[in-house]
Amino acid sequence: MQNPPVPVGAKAGQPRHLSRRRSVRAGSRRQPTSRWAGWGFALPALVLVAVFGLMPILVAAAVSFTDLDIGGLAHPETIRLVGAENYLTLAADPEFWSAFALTAGYVVVGVPLITVLALAVATGLNRNGGRFYRLLRTLYFLPAVTALVAISVIWKYMFNGQFGLFNWLLDLAGLPAVNWLSDPTSAQIAVGMVAVWRAIGLNSIILLAALQGVPDDQLEAAALDGAGPVRRYLHVVLPQIRFALGFVVMTTLIGWLQFFDEPFVLTDGGPVGATTSLSLFLFKRGFRLNEFGYASAGSIVLLVTIAAVTLIQLRLRRAND
Amino acid sequence: MTSTRSRRKARERVGTVLIAVPLTLGALICALPFVWMVANSVKTRAEAVSYPPQLLPSQWTFAAYVKLFTELDFLHYTLNTVALVALGLVGLLLTAMAGYGFAKFKGRALGWGFFAVLMTMMIPAQVTMIPTYLVVNAAGLTNNLVGIALPTLVSAFGVFLFRQFMITIPDSLLEAARIDGASELRIFFAIALPISRPILIVQGLLTVIASWNSFLWPLILSSSQRTYTLSVGLSLLNKQITTDPTVQMAGAALMTLPIIVLFFLAQRHIVAGFTMSGIK
Repeated sequence: MQNPPVPVGAKAGQPRHLSRRRSVRAGSRRQPTSRWAGWGFALPALVLVAVFGLMPILVAAAVSFTDLDIGGLAHPETIRLVGAENYLTLAADPEFWSAFALTAGYVVVGVPLITVLALAVATGLNRNGGRFYRLLRTLYFLPAVTALVAISVIWKYMFNGQFGLFNWLLDLAGLPAVNWLSDPTSAQIAVGMVAVWRAIGLNSIILLAALQGVPDDQLEAAALDGAGPVRRYLHVVLPQIRFALGFVVMTTLIGWLQFFDEPFVLTDGGPVGATTSLSLFLFKRGFRLNEFGYASAGSIVLLVTIAAVTLIQLRLRRAND
Repeated sequence: MTSTRSRRKARERVGTVLIAVPLTLGALICALPFVWMVANSVKTRAEAVSYPPQLLPSQWTFAAYVKLFTELDFLHYTLNTVALVALGLVGLLLTAMAGYGFAKFKGRALGWGFFAVLMTMMIPAQVTMIPTYLVVNAAGLTNNLVGIALPTLVSAFGVFLFRQFMITIPDSLLEAARIDGASELRIFFAIALPISRPILIVQGLLTVIASWNSFLWPLILSSSQRTYTLSVGLSLLNKQITTDPTVQMAGAALMTLPIIVLFFLAQRHIVAGFTMSGIK
């Protein structure tokens, strides 16, 4: 699972003093050239962002009202407008709802799990800045920088029923063997486990940075007032890092909504669709069955879901502050 | 007085152990797959699938690595991946230029352009993969490394970061260069870019990692071996059940070890970059 980029305190538009300065320089003859130069610098990137950022949304919205498939790509004249049919089929498709429910389940379990574990790791790492702790930090961070396609090889191998490491450990503990990736429930757990493993490092680093910013004198003042370590943590530390916590919750939530990599490389959505997340469902319908129109309708539903969840969260957070 | 102090010290030491042990255990769990991977890539096939599993090989062999480059096409995949990284760095230059354009030049339309860039920041790839495929396919750029690099060439977040950084460059510095007759492009390369070194290093490292690891677009946009990257080649190798697991491990090590080395060398910058953007 990957966290999507979210601007921290992103602010559109320009500060007011810039426009004032422009009016002072309005008579300058250099102004037009420099404006053209600004466009010259921004244009290549703007074109790419427009074509690969904004246009796909419009294309998906348009295609979602058609029956475009692989035949339609070769013979555009055969594409038919089908109105809301794709959306209606989607609403009645048990596979879609099972993918939706699975994704929602991962959100409900995964967001608190990752947040709490990342906070625990960050709090532990924050205790000491020595060389050993820096090494630990590096190890926690490794899963975030390496490609899951590669690491999934070793995970599959450790999950293997016959010679895998996990079943050997279960055996050592006197527990029965588990068919990790071939039993529906344990496959859901295994795939989620790998995602949690991958997400903890990055999120704990974000929280660690916030924890390091908590002023010592406030903690000392609370200690002098007789607050124990638990109360100091709950009433002094946590309120201080609430923005970082909110950021972690939000990006983790969106990350689970887009959950794709782990089930794709570990189980390919199986067994019998048990680990098919929403994104994987869209991928399979789009690229295995070439149902571009149908999959586009699903993409729009996913986009609207992510946008709605983000807005609700922002609203909640504003109400809290 | 001294006894309470030493008691507090003792309690602190117990607390440190109580925290350090689970923390170390967690870190080892994070690192275990990597160690396991490298260890198994140098085992013989029989030993790799033996039960109970052994961590260290009793007999070292690099046969799996040789196989990757002789019997399999991994040299080709590696070169394609390196090419993709190079294209990603070209994209970084475009990203920096756009950040400069938005930071240092005024105009209402330009402001709207920046707003449009910000808007795309939250759109996930999983939502756009189908329409993007249709767009690249319509442009006839599938099965082409440039086509594979295009969708992620410019990161909206990168543009945002460069703009935030470059807005702090004093206008007087640029104006002085203009009066001296320097061209706009020259000012960018000789003044703006060197000043932005910190962010350039961070974004450069993130670009290298992201391009090297990129999987979704190479997978969707290549339909022949010609444009396979390490990630796609490896995922195909994984799907073949009959494949020798030591070869799969060697392929995985080939793909992850360069990034791990890079991470150890430039950890400070990479962590800063990830903390800034919250991406992997």
